[in-house]
Amino acid sequence: MSVQATKRDVDRVAAGIRRRVLLHTIENNGGYLCQACSSAETLATLFLRVMHLGPSAGPLIPREFDGVPGPGRSAGSGGAYNGERGPDNDRFLLSCTHYSLGLYAALIEVGRLDERALDHYDRDGSTVEQIGAEHSPGIEVTTGSLAQALSIGLGIALARQERGERGRVWVYMSDGELQEGQTWEALSLGAHHGLDHLGVYLDANGSQCDGPISAVQEVEPIAERVRCFGWRVHEVDGHDSDALAAPASEPSHGKPLFVIARTCSWRGIPSLEARANKHYVRFRPGEAELALSELHLSAEGARS
Amino acid sequence: MSAIEQVSRPYAASFVQFARNRREVLCLSADLTNSVEIDEFKKAYPDRFISCGLSEQAMMGVAGGLAREGLLPYVHTFAVFVTRRPYDQVAMSIAYPNLRVHLMGFLPGLTTPGGVTHQAIDDIALMRVLPNMTVVDCGDATDVESVLDATEDVDGPVYCRILRGRVPRLFREPLELGRARVLESGDDLCLFTSSVCTGEAMPAVAALRAKGLSIGHVHVSTLKPFTDPAVLEAVGAARRGVISLENHLVTGGLGSSLAELMAEQAIGHRLVRMGLHDTYAHGGSLPYLLEYYGLSAQHVVDAVERLTGERFGIELERAAENEGQSSTEKAEAL
Repeated sequence: MSVQATKRDVDRVAAGIRRRVLLHTIENNGGYLCQACSSAETLATLFLRVMHLGPSAGPLIPREFDGVPGPGRSAGSGGAYNGERGPDNDRFLLSCTHYSLGLYAALIEVGRLDERALDHYDRDGSTVEQIGAEHSPGIEVTTGSLAQALSIGLGIALARQERGERGRVWVYMSDGELQEGQTWEALSLGAHHGLDHLGVYLDANGSQCDGPISAVQEVEPIAERVRCFGWRVHEVDGHDSDALAAPASEPSHGKPLFVIARTCSWRGIPSLEARANKHYVRFRPGEAELALSELHLSAEGARS
Repeated sequence: MSAIEQVSRPYAASFVQFARNRREVLCLSADLTNSVEIDEFKKAYPDRFISCGLSEQAMMGVAGGLAREGLLPYVHTFAVFVTRRPYDQVAMSIAYPNLRVHLMGFLPGLTTPGGVTHQAIDDIALMRVLPNMTVVDCGDATDVESVLDATEDVDGPVYCRILRGRVPRLFREPLELGRARVLESGDDLCLFTSSVCTGEAMPAVAALRAKGLSIGHVHVSTLKPFTDPAVLEAVGAARRGVISLENHLVTGGLGSSLAELMAEQAIGHRLVRMGLHDTYAHGGSLPYLLEYYGLSAQHVVDAVERLTGERFGIELERAAENEGQSSTEKAEAL
């Protein structure tokens, strides 16, 4: 973390995330592009302005896969990219792990992964998996089965609370996960235990695999619902870094923090709006060129 | 036969004792604190008791998170709520990362009048197929008292089936992980039992041996790993056949484990699997349910007679020692 980082720094990193993920989606003939578009500023804000992390302890060039956890083999090392553990250091848990591509791009942009790390993405024998597991860069816990990270974060936060540590636990999740019952179990439990060093950033992009959340299963009103569960809730423009960063420094009043980042799945690439499938983008002939031109303009705008 | 000692709530005292000098041991509860005998722990170490409420899925994640921080969470609820309801959470938040979480499942199999929703008849099968998971099934008060010590050092998650209430003491020696208890040796047949079925079957084995049948009897507590050479030896010696009797479906538990072992070791003996056969159960007392579903001592005699083609003329009285399972200490008998 750098306390000096500004909105402009965040916008530059966010533009880099979109650019890398778009290029990769084109080269790879498919990718989780809309998630990167919605999450770019939030991930950048977390890494640059919110989380207190030590320097990466993971290799710039991602490790090759060398086995799953088992007897004599401890849990994975993906969390090393978020720095060494320490009582004052924060922790980052990615809940919606299909956002991995966006996270890898973010790690590159903030200097925790090599420029060429995405070359390893989805290659056999690589740890840079599509749906990352805890051996994947930046992924501390295995959460591809949605809505489990918040509960794991609760356990980590409980342990840290007991030890009197100052470091916080951040969980990044998507709004579709509010449809899972476990999320509400965890929200209730987190408030019950007064875990005020636990925070959630929710990517409220209103989109899920089958289409708009409002059509699949409505989760609104998110703020009212989560507030009723005993959390302090902030609802912000998820593409405005100042708005995203502000709640993290508000006093906790003994409650866990829930930041609803209102985002847009086609942010920066307006032609994505018309796509029926925003969960996984695969361009038809001609579409990629349009997306590139849109992003080029947008990325230029972010640099200015 | 001599009266069998009945131990009241063996888990309650054992867990308190176990945790006394182990500060990192935590107790997680999902509302059934008295029913799973952790009320004594809650009184003794309130700061290490974590109330999770009726939130089994979240509780498994919390346990995983605590274990990642170097603590030793012991998760307590009914076995059905450890295994069926939060199965994905157990698999992904605990088993995959090979975390040192102990999952303590109460009311195994038919040991509850609570009926189908409370009877864990598939829990061993569900836990046994999870990579990294160790599976232990307690059969008497000594097993219950010693399972915490026996599994403490396992490098990974452990699922333990625990008996509660009044539990008979059948054994003196503490449970050893990975070691079956060879109660009798024989070269005609061998009976393998687990959980409450061991106590149930003992009178049958004694009566059959008194009639001259060389029948072995092995109590299996460690279902996974299933690698005890004594089991293989007993199976190999039983030239007229092997019988398994379990407080569980015959699929995925003890009988299946023996079948796999025998097939892989090319031991071509008959195998009769006793237990629930592709059926759910219903509410009732344990003696009634064992009788109804064909798991009683008399049914063991019947199976032996079918296997050997001999008649032994044995009429067993209904054993009383299992009745303690429906706890009389509780207002609610579940």
